[in-house]
Amino acid sequence: MGMVRFLVRRILTGILVMWLVATGTFFLFFTAVPVQSVARNLAGRSASPAVLQEVIRYYGLDRPWYTQYGHFLNELIHGNLGQSFYLEESVNSIIKQDLPATISVVIGGVILWLVAGLAVGILSATRARSLFDRLATVSVLAGVSAPTFVVGELLIIFVFVQLSDHGITFITTGYNALTAGFVPWLGCMILPWITLAIVQAAVYTRLSRGSLLDTLGEDYIRTARSKGLSERRVLFKHAVRSAMTPVVSQLGIDVGALLGGVIVVEQVFGLHGLGYQVVNAIAQGDQPTVIGFVIVASAFVVAANIIVDMSYALLDPRVRIS
Amino acid sequence: MSITELQYQASQVENAPAIAIQGRSQWQLTWRRLRSDKVAIASIVVIILMILFAILAPVIAHLTGHPVDQEYVNTGQTADGLPVGPGVHGFILGTDWVGRDLLVRIAYGARISLFVGLLTTAIATILGVTLGLIAGYFGGVIDGVLARFFDAALAFPYIVLALALASVFNPSLLIVIGVISFFSWAGISRIVRGQTLSLKEKEYIEAAKSLGAGPWRIMFIDILPNLLGPVLVLATLYIPTAVTFEATLSFLGIGIPEPAPSWGNILSEATGFYHVAWWYVVFPALALLITTLAFNLLGDGIRDAIDPRTERIFAGSKNRRNQRRNRRKGQGLSLDQAILVGQERDLTDGSPLPASEES
Amino acid sequence: MTGSLTTSTDSAFPSDHTFGDDVLVRVDNLVKYFPVKGSGLLARSVTNVQAVDGVSLTIKRGKTLGLVGETGCGKSTLARCIAGLIPITDGKVYFEGQDITNLSRQQMRPYRREIQMIFQDPYGALNPRRRVGSIIGEPFAIHKTASGNARKRAVQDLMERVGLNPEHYNRFPAEFSGGQRQRIGVARALALRPKLIICDEPVSALDVSIQAQVLNLLADLQDDFGLSYLFIAHDLEVVRHVSNSVTVMYLGRVAEAGPGDQVYDHPRHPYSAALLSAAPAADPDSAAQRQRIILTGDVPSPINPPSGCRFHPRCPKAQDLCAQAEPHLEPKAGDPSTHLTACHFPVEAGEDLARAGRREQR
Repeated sequence: MGMVRFLVRRILTGILVMWLVATGTFFLFFTAVPVQSVARNLAGRSASPAVLQEVIRYYGLDRPWYTQYGHFLNELIHGNLGQSFYLEESVNSIIKQDLPATISVVIGGVILWLVAGLAVGILSATRARSLFDRLATVSVLAGVSAPTFVVGELLIIFVFVQLSDHGITFITTGYNALTAGFVPWLGCMILPWITLAIVQAAVYTRLSRGSLLDTLGEDYIRTARSKGLSERRVLFKHAVRSAMTPVVSQLGIDVGALLGGVIVVEQVFGLHGLGYQVVNAIAQGDQPTVIGFVIVASAFVVAANIIVDMSYALLDPRVRIS
Repeated sequence: MSITELQYQASQVENAPAIAIQGRSQWQLTWRRLRSDKVAIASIVVIILMILFAILAPVIAHLTGHPVDQEYVNTGQTADGLPVGPGVHGFILGTDWVGRDLLVRIAYGARISLFVGLLTTAIATILGVTLGLIAGYFGGVIDGVLARFFDAALAFPYIVLALALASVFNPSLLIVIGVISFFSWAGISRIVRGQTLSLKEKEYIEAAKSLGAGPWRIMFIDILPNLLGPVLVLATLYIPTAVTFEATLSFLGIGIPEPAPSWGNILSEATGFYHVAWWYVVFPALALLITTLAFNLLGDGIRDAIDPRTERIFAGSKNRRNQRRNRRKGQGLSLDQAILVGQERDLTDGSPLPASEES
Repeated sequence: MTGSLTTSTDSAFPSDHTFGDDVLVRVDNLVKYFPVKGSGLLARSVTNVQAVDGVSLTIKRGKTLGLVGETGCGKSTLARCIAGLIPITDGKVYFEGQDITNLSRQQMRPYRREIQMIFQDPYGALNPRRRVGSIIGEPFAIHKTASGNARKRAVQDLMERVGLNPEHYNRFPAEFSGGQRQRIGVARALALRPKLIICDEPVSALDVSIQAQVLNLLADLQDDFGLSYLFIAHDLEVVRHVSNSVTVMYLGRVAEAGPGDQVYDHPRHPYSAALLSAAPAADPDSAAQRQRIILTGDVPSPINPPSGCRFHPRCPKAQDLCAQAEPHLEPKAGDPSTHLTACHFPVEAGEDLARAGRREQR
């Protein structure tokens, strides 16, 4: 019962946040600069006067701002993210095309970073101060310091280039859709996943290690051990579960960082996903795409946060009650 | 480095003891410990060298005879128009894709990166501390509103904001500084708020009130000195985050605009040439990595100097020995600490990482 | 506000004592309730902790009023109400005839120079990150009465006065012992030459040997500066030593009040009698002879105090009336008008409560 109420509250908050985001986006793109600039921005840098006129008509830029705002919200609610005049496509279809690449990167990256981070963290905690722990600690430090794109570039130079120079073409840059075959898809995804995962895994290794070490020192763990439970059972049934709560709660905060990482990784490896598209759009002055991206990205962040909160509530019942 | 990491680091020093010996303040003690920490000293040296490198950029340009935006089409490029390597034609680190001296560009890039890193951290610290104090001290509605605001600001995808701003107003240094300052302060505020909440219940705060001290006086003269430890650690660790973020923004083309060099946009140009010009990628990347690593190690060192009981990322053997000793003593006062006159533990009971739901 | 207000509406003191020249502080029927919040989204206050429920007292110039009671009887809360540190729910506090109840921070400012506090915990009452000179000099800084060298000299003068070495001006609190830190607290309180110093268990956390030193210091300062003290403690012997008059509190109300000798030698309230019987006596012979009065039951919670006389569940002399009606605070059994007791069946001269207690338990 408590969970349902909790979920409902979270969703309502999410809707509120999305509304705020939409409003902020509107004001930034449509009112922060003069109308002609807005029109030009929306139309694309090299737009002809005819296109400009169409843009003004389409967005109602000659109407008062509240009318525009209403129109903007109305379109959003109906799922219409506008039209890219530069690419001559609806933003919705652009996003649909780019989504698979981005989703592949995100899901693979997150899974890898969580698994690696937690695994190393748990192993480190259980073998505290061993050689493994020390090595892990030093690599954590290295991982934590590096910006994602540098890691990506270095991986390209030292792995991709080396491999392809020796005739191994499994690892590629550029995107191969899953539908075209699993192996090519995997080949183009491995390096991006590793790039994403290295930086974040380092953080989560440290976090889970610290949290687990703290938990293992707690009394109820000692009780479990004294009851004669096997070490593995103690670890996984009791300790890990409560040690995970700070990890989960930080996951919510890191969703924003994940976005940044994805955009960078797509750029470095030439994957034509949403991130790649939006960076391109900015370079080309294609604003509708950017607006679409902002909305979609925010929706993703909100949704991810709700999921994270729900997981947190599942792990820690106290949260549901408050 | 993510916010997660920073919170974690700062939380480690929240319970630092406030011990003194013979009139030496906690800061003097901290400095003494820092001085004996080789890794931290090495980091400080590296940082100072990097700062010098940045300051002396024009001097380097003068010495090599290559101004920062001078394109050397003949000497700086191969016959096919590709960059030349290190040592060729007097280009110590090689050239970039239009034949500019890479060393000089990296030096000027250091200026931007360090400037942005230090300035944004300073702004974020001042803003973050002030707001955190206000939220923690006044409590009630003010705290309710501010705390939600901090949480929102922490989780906010800044890259999206940077993209949007760069799209509407063209990319500029101002946007970069604004966005980075904006993301940094919330983390500091959160920690400061937590500390303030527990500190304000202390009796000496009550004593100050009974003397007639007003809220601002209490916040800045009584509470703030007790916060400086975690704040210093956090600030030191935010600097590399800021530098990295600026580099990332520039790499994506939404940070420092051309032709001004930034390590990020140099690396962005280098992307197309990695196959033929490894130096174009490696040297700026090295500069970036060395800088961020140095600040991270320094932050770790400061954290350990403030509170030797916590565990270090990179413990040299002497520190490891001390740590083992600390841990053996349970609550963990090291031997030398135990000898100090009038030791006192200023253990707050603020929890290190407030749950996302309710802080 | 839930919970019943006290039924005794009259001031405990006859009107001709009210604003006499020698009365520094007068407290009229002070009530302080802390709301206990219910759980839930809109936390409404479900009930109250009745920390102080109708306490009246006066503090005379140059004299010491001792306030005793068990932990939880509300004496610390009362002290903070008088000092203006927490808002008062009902009742009034007068300082030199002026009503200082619930003044704003601005209005209260001049009074802060006159009313000061010394705290119980020598380790918590001083900011560990500030130097002692800065701590003691803070009152001067806040009220802008001295700055620079003049301030430093004044601070060092104070340090000498309380028995500290003025050369330790730049040291940190951590470098001083517990007793010395209390002295620092005294120096800080003394800085602006207040008229009243509220001492909230100032020696409870100190070693017995140090207690005497600090108490002597306080006594000397009282003589030198004409200070009035509100001295709060749970140790009766300490209170006896320093106080001119004593007030005994139980569960937020006054049980007994009067001149020190009166209350100590002839306690009328069964609670006071019980407290005194439990206090260690200096003379081992009389201690052996004295019977301890055993109180039954636990101290009730201030959230839901007993009806009528709050002490009745534990009182060896309790009868039906005690549960029904709250006793008034007035002189009993031929006591002088300064010795007041709130009890329906006060202890008579020669009465042995210990036997009464034992009879109860049979």
